Amino acid sequence: MDRTLPQPTPETQHFWDGCAAGELRLQRCVDCREAYFPPRPLCPKCGSRAVEVFPASGKASLYSYVINHRPRPDMGTAPHSIAVVALEEGPRMMTNIVDCPQTPEALQLDMPLKVTFQNFGAITLPFFKPAEA
Amino acid sequence: MKPGSIAVVGAAETTKLGKIPDMSVIGLHADAALNAMADAGLKPSDIDGVATAGASPVETAHYLGITPTWVDGTSVGGCSFMLHVRHAAAAINEGLCKTVLITHGESGRSRVGAGGFGRSPSSLMGQFEMPYGVTSPPTMFTVPVLRYLKARGYTEEDLAMVSVIQREWAAKNPRASFKDPITVDDVLNSPMIAWPFRMLMCCLVTDGGGALILTSRERAKDFPKKPVYIIGTGESVETPMVSQMVDFTTSKAFRVSGKKAFDEAGITPKDVDHLMIYDAFAHLPLYGLEDLGFCAPGEAGAFIRERNTAPGGKLPLNTNGGGLSYMHSGMYGMYALQESVRQMRGIAPAQAQGAKIAVSHGVGGMFAASGTIIFTNQD
Ligand SMILES: [Zn+2]
Repeated sequence: MDRTLPQPTPETQHFWDGCAAGELRLQRCVDCREAYFPPRPLCPKCGSRAVEVFPASGKASLYSYVINHRPRPDMGTAPHSIAVVALEEGPRMMTNIVDCPQTPEALQLDMPLKVTFQNFGAITLPFFKPAEA
Repeated sequence: MKPGSIAVVGAAETTKLGKIPDMSVIGLHADAALNAMADAGLKPSDIDGVATAGASPVETAHYLGITPTWVDGTSVGGCSFMLHVRHAAAAINEGLCKTVLITHGESGRSRVGAGGFGRSPSSLMGQFEMPYGVTSPPTMFTVPVLRYLKARGYTEEDLAMVSVIQREWAAKNPRASFKDPITVDDVLNSPMIAWPFRMLMCCLVTDGGGALILTSRERAKDFPKKPVYIIGTGESVETPMVSQMVDFTTSKAFRVSGKKAFDEAGITPKDVDHLMIYDAFAHLPLYGLEDLGFCAPGEAGAFIRERNTAPGGKLPLNTNGGGLSYMHSGMYGMYALQESVRQMRGIAPAQAQGAKIAVSHGVGGMFAASGTIIFTNQD
């Protein structure tokens, strides 16, 4: 079964273009310097329209997660993580932790992670893996 | 609102709860509405305000033959009915209508005439959460919990204890879906759904409905049942994406909604005799006890473990058995409100003796929204 994929909108296209180019792109406010996610053409802290896109470091830490034991059909049959990571720049995002066992022992809160990308045709999704992997 | 200016004069659930394959969603709305009207001694032509979630208020008004002068279709998930109560109170006080019917019906289990649960792949959730395998509430509502447990020092056993004690309440309720006693070990040995959540930490999926009828304090005295007055109301929303909650250890919507309601009522948690906290999953009563101010952060686990919320405890909580053991059609907030009203009327299966103030606190979506209603049976 084909992976469930996002359908970009004009306000998010830069993010998905970045993933295709191997770059995790965030936005920040020119006026108050707040970095934020998910993408939108205004600053969620001060409402300014003066915002810019910038490449994130790709470094993150594991903020919280579950291990889904009843995967959606497009996710395969093995239990897998559904995680939220804290990016070095501040914002958090949902992802899967990959390239490591999908167990509570291997997935320790606050462990350092780094971004990795996987192409699914029209869309490239960002995932995170242990920083030392 | 002015505390006590509005009263519940009709309240009922659907005739059956649980598995109702012979009724569609709109049929469940109508069954609950007719039961509530019978409770209040009213006919559809007596109703001039309609509010509902899930279904459209246009659909329910037309189906029941009501010509309203006020409607509310606020649909922010399972707490929508708390928001309807709040909005209806304001509308009645403003003179927009006199007698409001709030309905809920959901064919959560049988899916008769029920819509889908899909999200557009171009929505923010569709773009930034759905690709990672989230399916339904068990893989979304649960995502903040490992962070919460670590921050508070709570354990899986603390989650399990919520389910165990709510089952004790359910055992007293003939209409509860699950009544057999369970232990912490039973919960921790039930099938894994999404680590750290086991099946017995997750709500039921059932069919059912409920309805409420509200009017002004002045008119309430003319109804057959003793009025239950509304003295405090609150609502708020935070985010449609659980991953974007500002803090995984506390719900901003819970705090804002709860504070509004308590301030309006002029009470503190110490004044509360009976409490409902929408429990789609076992962690919600822990968050609710902290965010409403009943427990300091980190103390809710012990508060439950030490049986303060259990039968015989000082703060009866989720006395119908809750979404974990009583019923959960999808938007459970209506059933929390129904139990609060029963407790204030003195007719609950597990009645909190002498209770004068009851709080009903709801959640919508995955910590997306919240509504809080405070009731009293005192004039
Ligand atoms: Zn700004």
